[in-house]
Amino acid sequence: MIETLAFYLFAGLVIAGGAMVIMSRNPVHSVLWLILAFFNAAGLMVLVGAEFIAMLLVIVYVGAVAVLFLFVVMMLDIDFAAMRAGFIKNFPLGIAIAVILLAELGLGLGAYGSGGIELGSPDSAAAFQSDVSNIEAIGALLYGRYIILFEIAGIILLVAMIGAIVLTHREPKPGARGRQDIGKQISRRPEDATVMKNPEYGEGIEL
Amino acid sequence: MIGIEHYLVVGAILFVLGVLGIFINRKNVIVILMSVELILLAVNINLVAFSAFKGDLVGQIFAMFVLTVAAAEAAIGLAILVIYYRGRGTIAVDDVNRMKG
Repeated sequence: MIETLAFYLFAGLVIAGGAMVIMSRNPVHSVLWLILAFFNAAGLMVLVGAEFIAMLLVIVYVGAVAVLFLFVVMMLDIDFAAMRAGFIKNFPLGIAIAVILLAELGLGLGAYGSGGIELGSPDSAAAFQSDVSNIEAIGALLYGRYIILFEIAGIILLVAMIGAIVLTHREPKPGARGRQDIGKQISRRPEDATVMKNPEYGEGIEL
Repeated sequence: MIGIEHYLVVGAILFVLGVLGIFINRKNVIVILMSVELILLAVNINLVAFSAFKGDLVGQIFAMFVLTVAAAEAAIGLAILVIYYRGRGTIAVDDVNRMKG
């Protein structure tokens, strides 16, 4: 009973959040609705027992991706009203395509529900074991059988990081204030910078 | 009792919402990128639902990789958006035709 209630709560909020992401006028609100949708999707995943993916959704999507979106939305000074100019014009086409897509997905779902689609049998090496927790089982699989995929995922993230830095990095103008010239900095010697003087009493120093 | 079909319906609706978002916000790249995130979230819900109801963990492993690619895609997409804004002062995608593609 409580599970059913929780499912409908999470599912309803995921869909409401998703609808508001694409409908809201202000992209900042869109990001906030996106965060709501991610949280409730994480709730759905907890319901089916995929705790690790749920926590990953909260950490990666809410903690990193949504905050990145928020940064960019607030950093760029954009006239969001002008951005919505084609909204009404594109609406009928969008709805038509959405309805067609939904009908197709419904057909697929109906075929699956009536047993028309044969799924392969579960992989015995990756099958659920009742005495092992979800996180432990995923860890064993990820660091064992799928270690190559795991490392490739790491390389993808590294490439994305380097790409984002290379794309957005701006070389400062030569001679600009605050520019650090490392070669000049480390070739500087104490004798170039300081002078020892021993002036007579009462005399000043000429600089 | 909640069966696998319930989760698949949620995934399908979320997927369609993402596609609709791409169509109706044709000008605003930021919302288009968010719609892509919604689509990937729908895919993840489907993967996890099948994984849980069929008793096979590979679906959850694959959902993790989808998550990785989604994060990388968001980072690169937003970086491209920032440099595009720097050059043009706008992010309207209608007039992205510099490469004459």
